[in-house]
Amino acid sequence: MRHGYSGIPRWVLGLAAAGALFVLLPLAAMVARVNWAQFIPLVTSEASLTALGLSLRTAAASTVLCVLLGVPLALVLARGEFPGQRLLRSFVLLPLVLPPVVGGIALLYTFGRQGLLGRSLELAGIQVAFSTTAVVLAQTFVALPFLVVSLEGALRSAGSRYEAVAATLGARPTTVLRRVTVPLVLPGLASGAVLSFARSLGEFGATLTFAGSLQGVTRTLPLEIYLQRETDADAAVALSLLLVAVAVIVVGLSYRGPAPAGRPAGSPAATGQGRP
Amino acid sequence: MRLPGKAAALLLAAALAAGAAGCAAPDGGGGAGKTLTVFAAASLKAPFTALAREFEASHPGTRVALSFAGSADLATQLSQGAPADVFAAADQKNMAKVADAALVEGAPTDFASNVLAIAVPPANPANIGSFADLARPGTRLVVCAAQVPCGAAAATIAGRAGVALKPASEESAVTDVLGKVTSGEADAGLVYVTDVRAAGDKVKGIPFPESAYAVNKYPVAGVRTSRNKELAAAFIALVTGSEGQKILADAGFGRP
Repeated sequence: MRHGYSGIPRWVLGLAAAGALFVLLPLAAMVARVNWAQFIPLVTSEASLTALGLSLRTAAASTVLCVLLGVPLALVLARGEFPGQRLLRSFVLLPLVLPPVVGGIALLYTFGRQGLLGRSLELAGIQVAFSTTAVVLAQTFVALPFLVVSLEGALRSAGSRYEAVAATLGARPTTVLRRVTVPLVLPGLASGAVLSFARSLGEFGATLTFAGSLQGVTRTLPLEIYLQRETDADAAVALSLLLVAVAVIVVGLSYRGPAPAGRPAGSPAATGQGRP
Repeated sequence: MRLPGKAAALLLAAALAAGAAGCAAPDGGGGAGKTLTVFAAASLKAPFTALAREFEASHPGTRVALSFAGSADLATQLSQGAPADVFAAADQKNMAKVADAALVEGAPTDFASNVLAIAVPPANPANIGSFADLARPGTRLVVCAAQVPCGAAAATIAGRAGVALKPASEESAVTDVLGKVTSGEADAGLVYVTDVRAAGDKVKGIPFPESAYAVNKYPVAGVRTSRNKELAAAFIALVTGSEGQKILADAGFGRP
């Protein structure tokens, strides 16, 4: 659909400009409010650096968890055929549309002290609530769909021709996965992982509800911004800018290529894997 | 999640005020069809809702639009030009912020006071009986962060009582502290007496004498840009009068 023809009507360009402005204008307004004289001291305060460090560490851990859980999930959704597949996909994508605070409440009733699994964990001496683990769980919960969606799309557009060939040549399923499938969708996997990282970095609602807020343990950068806002608007704006900068760097790194979600897959394969 | 909520609330408030102005104009200021917008601290929700109904009953044709949020948020909204007629804050600091920007009419009046209490789950699993018990090792305590009024009060009390608190979490709002206690995540939380009262039987409240070290006074004032100054003054009179004081006392608030 997107190959060749690129005549964009002028009115589309106008609306596109409005859309871009809608995103950029609030960012510009925020930048305009930054107290530059105080910027460095504000973002290098102990509380800020602790929050930034915690955010980066937890987002990295969440991304690893997302890859570990999300890759198999995307494979099953893209390649498998079983009853309830569409239903499973809908549920996996649910955190995308769920308000994060709802995710936090759901996690609370799962891993909380009185929760479904939390009670057994507590007996085993594992405390999830108010720990950094809780932050990672909250971030993984909201970020997982980003990885699954990106990777499933890449898997579908890559098609299964090469995998079939490898299998007929005698490769075992695990070998096919390792030597053919994963290298084929690596760009999609990378962009999915980056999106998950970015989403984890911005996680706020579920963390606040589920993990609490303590410096160095659960107070990530978004929570620090929310707290600073109560007393020090300059600090909140400075930290917001820091978070935007980190997000821009992260997303920019992954979207350097023109088509990160998959190599030109050839049209027959792209349509070969229809919906079940 | 909260920021869009706040923005939406702001837009809603603006829309309400715009609607009110549109409605009020044809009446020619006859007192009927007016909307009085009251910005009040979140902890005032129950008594101010009752007071608003009371006010509407005694001023036929007047509607009271209530906007509840954290005092700091309301102060920010007012300084950004949000239209309101009355501002009731939960602490002096946020009222001073608005007053310093010359946004209030006359001097603010203190109309209530509030103190902290210990909230524990109904079964009191950590067997908390006093303020000093909160520092016992293994007690999962949740308090407000020092940046918000309830956290500042907790820090003051802990300092004067010589008790070193080791909280598991420092929340940005007293409602979040209460939430951690009602869900059973925390063994104890420091909240206001009025929060314990409003939570009903979901938590058990434990008053403690050290709470007198930090008494929060609630000030109320009219907003300078209000177009309903007489109504605003009447509402403030209701709040500070005997009827308002009774409703506030029923909600657990102390005298100013």
